[in-house]
Amino acid sequence: MAYETSDIAADVSAPRMDAVAPAVAAHHVTVALGGRPILHGVELAMRRGETVALLGANGSGKSTLVKTIVGLYAPEGGRIELFGTPLARFRSWQRVGYVPQRTTAAAGVPATVGEVVASGLLAPRTWVLRRGRAERGAVREALATVGMLDQIGDPVAALSGGQQQRVLIARALARRPDLLIMDEPMAGVDLASQQTFADTLEELSGQGTTILLVLHELGPLARLIDRTVVLRAGTVQYDGAPVEHGEDDPGHGRERPGHDHVHPHDTPSEAPGRPVCPPGPTPVETLKLKEARA
Amino acid sequence: MNWGDTLLGLAFMQRAFLAALVIGLAAPAIGTYLVQRRLALMGDGLGHVALTGVGLGLITKTSPVWGAVLVAIIGAAAVELIRERAKASGDVALAMLFYGGLAGGSMLISLSGGNANLNSYLFGSILSTSTGDLWAIAVLAVGVLLVTLGLRRALFAVCQDEEFARVAGLPVRVLNLLLAVTTAVTVTVGMRVVGVLMVSALMVVPVAAAQQLTRAFAATMGAAMAIGVGAAVSGVTMSYYADTPPGASIVLIAIGVFLLASICAGLLRRRRGRAGARPAPGKEGPDRAPEARAATAPSLPQ
Repeated sequence: MAYETSDIAADVSAPRMDAVAPAVAAHHVTVALGGRPILHGVELAMRRGETVALLGANGSGKSTLVKTIVGLYAPEGGRIELFGTPLARFRSWQRVGYVPQRTTAAAGVPATVGEVVASGLLAPRTWVLRRGRAERGAVREALATVGMLDQIGDPVAALSGGQQQRVLIARALARRPDLLIMDEPMAGVDLASQQTFADTLEELSGQGTTILLVLHELGPLARLIDRTVVLRAGTVQYDGAPVEHGEDDPGHGRERPGHDHVHPHDTPSEAPGRPVCPPGPTPVETLKLKEARA
Repeated sequence: MNWGDTLLGLAFMQRAFLAALVIGLAAPAIGTYLVQRRLALMGDGLGHVALTGVGLGLITKTSPVWGAVLVAIIGAAAVELIRERAKASGDVALAMLFYGGLAGGSMLISLSGGNANLNSYLFGSILSTSTGDLWAIAVLAVGVLLVTLGLRRALFAVCQDEEFARVAGLPVRVLNLLLAVTTAVTVTVGMRVVGVLMVSALMVVPVAAAQQLTRAFAATMGAAMAIGVGAAVSGVTMSYYADTPPGASIVLIAIGVFLLASICAGLLRRRRGRAGARPAPGKEGPDRAPEARAATAPSLPQ
């Protein structure tokens, strides 16, 4: 009984809280996996409509944070809220589109692009329902958004890596989410697909979708990022205007992004929102080469 | 009409055909999901576990079929638990469970005094199916088909990408458990027909054969069920005329279909490859250049 009344109370207050609450709020989140601590008190808040890039070296906890936000890992401490509702009570999963880190969209049995994307329509209240005309429309719309409508009948296993990634994104978009969370969506994606992908995100962001991206570097996405958060060893190292990289490795010689005023190559005329390095497909190696020569 | 008189006129053959039809439909239906999530050998393991249930049924002088259903369901739940907390030792835990089930089953069946029975559960004895068996098989198979066809969208989503399904808000644990239990039930349905050692073949081989030639999940499932029914019915027919063991006949016919399908798929691919081979080399040269240019171009601040 007590549980029920508290639920009703939450429902009544939900719309009012919803209007002001951030899309994602993580307060002092700690996570341990298999007894090993991964995140130590991470803070992250995303306003509605914001596009945030989560950067950091391998093992810094980016994926763990994202998986904790969507409820795949249970935090040991701290608090997570989606649209103002604590994660444990959050039920509006149809508002969340998730693109997990995958190298392929295929499984052990052939499936068409349309079938995979249609699986993105299932939500807590609708998973038993049959597919209707409206749902077919949503699948086609999501595929058109990522420029894959022509391949709707193709088996996913026959597509290139970049195309499969676009299928996974369309699967997340089919439910028309308010919050889109993507874990390394650019892995294995060719340059042409990266541009298409950037255009897709720009369009979604224009429609008011809140977007959280786990990335290794901003690359072609730099123009749409409002803010970057850099993780290092399970804590937030930097949170502010976009920077091109997380800290790639300690001996790298670049200034830590936490010191936002001090990049040696920065000219004073540069606006604070500017990326520290020019965006490009492989600037890490370029920088290292330059240093090696110098 | 001589054929109908000799074959379908016999009551035990009628029952055998009905049992074959039912398992031919049910096993590939659940098998499609198992292959999709790369758990093709799950049915094999649960077959081993089910044998302990048969032994319990025999030794307590109750029903071997329902004993098998019960123990296989418990085994399925255990497998799900082990899979959920999969660590490096999960594999070994499964092996323990499966061989424990097999050993326990053969021990119990032997203690019950009906040692001759063991073979019929290991390799099936479709020709000795009683009307009571047939009813049990039919009821269980209808349940299997209701789950596999009725919940196909949700099961597809869970087997395609479990993490995604969880974030989408599907009751993934319940669906996983349901899938495991349905697999266990299918194993017991197939036990009479092909035996616990080969029931997994009827779940997996028709799916493997179908997916050589299909592009869609729904089509794979449909074709697998058609192949399953075809192999089961023709296997029973063959066993009648050629006096071969029915279970082995069914499985070998299914494997024959698989080989035929792979050869057809290979020929199709080669023909498509030859058709596509000519324009490809000419296309490659000019196509690569802009891509390479873009990749090596100096990136500019935007």
